Amino acid sequence: MINNRLIVSSSPHVRSEETVSSVMLDVVIALTPALIAAAYFFGFRALLVTAVTVLSCVVAEYAWQKVNHQPITINDWSAVVTGILLAFNLPATVPLWMPVVGGFFAIIVVKQFFGGLGQNFMNPALAARAFLLASWPVEMTKWVDPFSNLPLLKTPDVISSATPLAILKGTEAAGQTMPSITSLFLGNIGGTIGETSVLMLLIGGLWLIYRKVISWRIPVTFIATVGVLTFIFGKDGFFTGNAIYHVLSGGLMLGAFFMATDYASSPVTPKGQIIMGIGAGIITSVIRLYGGYPEGVSYSILLMNIAAPLIDRYTTPVKFGEVKVRA
Amino acid sequence: MKALTFKGGIHPHDNKHHTEKIAIKSLKTPGKLFFPIQQHIGAPCEPLVAVGDEVKMGQKIADSKAFVSAPIHSSVSGKVVAIEPVLHPGGSKVLSIVIENDGKDTVHESVVPKGDLSTLEPKQIIDIVREAGIVGMGGAAFPTHVKLSPPPDKKIDYVIVNGAECEPYLTADHRMMLESPEDIIYGLKAIMKVLGLNKGYIGIEENKQDAIKVMKEYAAKEGGIEIVVLKTKYPQGAEKQLIKVVTGREVPSGGLPADVGAIVNNISTCTAIAQAIKTGMPLISRVVTVTGSAVKQPANYLVRIGTSFRTLFEASEGFNEDPAKIIMGGPMMGIAQFSIDVPVVKGTSGLLALTKKDVALKPESPCIRCGKCVDACPMNLLPIYISAYAKKNDLEKAEEYNAVDCIECGSCSYVCPSKRHLVQSIRVAKQAIIAQKRAKK
Ligand code: SF4
Ligand code: SF4
Repeated sequence: MINNRLIVSSSPHVRSEETVSSVMLDVVIALTPALIAAAYFFGFRALLVTAVTVLSCVVAEYAWQKVNHQPITINDWSAVVTGILLAFNLPATVPLWMPVVGGFFAIIVVKQFFGGLGQNFMNPALAARAFLLASWPVEMTKWVDPFSNLPLLKTPDVISSATPLAILKGTEAAGQTMPSITSLFLGNIGGTIGETSVLMLLIGGLWLIYRKVISWRIPVTFIATVGVLTFIFGKDGFFTGNAIYHVLSGGLMLGAFFMATDYASSPVTPKGQIIMGIGAGIITSVIRLYGGYPEGVSYSILLMNIAAPLIDRYTTPVKFGEVKVRA
Repeated sequence: MKALTFKGGIHPHDNKHHTEKIAIKSLKTPGKLFFPIQQHIGAPCEPLVAVGDEVKMGQKIADSKAFVSAPIHSSVSGKVVAIEPVLHPGGSKVLSIVIENDGKDTVHESVVPKGDLSTLEPKQIIDIVREAGIVGMGGAAFPTHVKLSPPPDKKIDYVIVNGAECEPYLTADHRMMLESPEDIIYGLKAIMKVLGLNKGYIGIEENKQDAIKVMKEYAAKEGGIEIVVLKTKYPQGAEKQLIKVVTGREVPSGGLPADVGAIVNNISTCTAIAQAIKTGMPLISRVVTVTGSAVKQPANYLVRIGTSFRTLFEASEGFNEDPAKIIMGGPMMGIAQFSIDVPVVKGTSGLLALTKKDVALKPESPCIRCGKCVDACPMNLLPIYISAYAKKNDLEKAEEYNAVDCIECGSCSYVCPSKRHLVQSIRVAKQAIIAQKRAKK
């Protein structure tokens, strides 16, 4: 009746259909609305920069694994995700060699040096962004207004416009008027490729939560903390802050939904994720309100990444049955 | 009423549609039947018969003096043809009594009605249950009379019947609830009587609306029995999770249900108790779901214990295609079988024959730290870390992360997108830690 040998392995005998690639593909899908918004506001050059970044990441991963005789894992979509996220953190005006450098740095130095997928203790895209910003600060902060008709291949020669956060901070951009809340919400403002459209990022973020790729814990606590703190510590005294502008601008949505939730560099415990969100929210607010930079989302996430293993260690959930025996 | 549930858990495809609408069919077993002397947790039995003896249906053929053990009875009449080691569904060879069925089903003299529930004393009921060889029939097969005799300092105030049947594919309990509700209630009443309680609970998952309706009807006739509707989620029927949902109490780590005043019994265990009292027939048969995509005619069978798996698959007209895996029990916690020439034992709730496609093993890849195993663990553990330490053989750390509290439900392995063998490694560490502790004592 039975001709072949039966497989004898231990339970469970069935597994969910979800795989690493299906999870990563969900992230790519979630990033697509924001990419469409980027193309709309910043033109084809935004798509080109993204394509170059993604390609660099995938090539870097392939090359590293080939040279080191490791299994090639570029079809798990994780390098693609890193590529899109890195591109989203670049202005559409960057010279095209920069995403190449950034992609290789993210994949080889931040991801593979530490053992590959799941082992990197910092978010590769953010670490690469920090590296690029430190090395080429001018190119990395050339913001353009939407619909600027950027040339496709030539590095655009443009005058940097101010981001809403810089205006809020009232430093170099003092005197410029704030964009309307609607513009902020839709993404009709200056900024990096993928950070401006709150609406599109929210759609993507909600998709990730709906698909259970991420939990609500990090994004919600992160955004709420920034909202509360920037409201309390306003420029004109307590409880006068412009929380709405702070929440809607800069890389907060992108950071909270897509960067701080990076699996490898964030805690896995429920409590740890809440600490991660609140911690990143506090650091972001402090940098924005009192620090030297107008924006603090990426540094706050990187700092919390470093603390993540420790947070996991001290937030082990209370196990089921951790109660006194009834007398 | 809102369905109740626990924290964590998973939602696998339940695949119950193959058999949930198929009425239980009674099956005859010609030829040889096999009775391993160990079909329960506890001490193995000693054979009471010798090769060549004539035995009758319901006759005790093996017993033990140990308290934690349960006697074994012949499920047919016939002749003992051998007493030899036979492959047991647990995976190793176990001494077994082999009986050639004479097809007459001559009932043994000891099988007589034991009297009326209202006049029986608790002590008498416990004796009847023990003598009938009744064990937990959900899989673990813990002797029921032991459960019914909690230490005097532990007052039991919750009796729960487990009708969750949360394992995918299995429908034996579901069909029993539809077809033998009186016996289930009767068995529950007997347990309540033993423990001096006037309230009992039956927990049923929401996906069995028809069973909920039937059980509610019958419970209403009796009074004192509440049907608790549970959310459909695995492992809803795990003892600790079920107790938590019904009573709000958490069985303490390392403790027993009795520590929080609860005991849980399986549906089939209740009907076995009812039979043992009403007719005097010990536990000699049970309902087994035979299913899986490799099976031609999935069905629920009432079969004699000792029947070979092969007979059951033959009754289901064999296989559509070569099965890749045969499992006793459900796909989450069941035991993979080397062969179909093993007997149905008291804990056999189902037989699954899965195809290559069903069990295709995707390769294990490195952990991506997605945290899904953490969210799925019903015991609130961190499978990602326990498993990592277990793999490094760091038992101390594995213990610190509470490896021994793992109930081996497999939810963590199920959800892992990297297809890591989490529960497998945790199980190994857990057993090693327990062995170490024993050695120290
Ligand atoms: S660690 Fe144990 S209890 Fe937790 S999900 Fe895995 S198998 Fe179940
Ligand atoms: S589910 Fe798998 S990949 Fe995700 S954290 Fe747990 S072990 Fe790692």
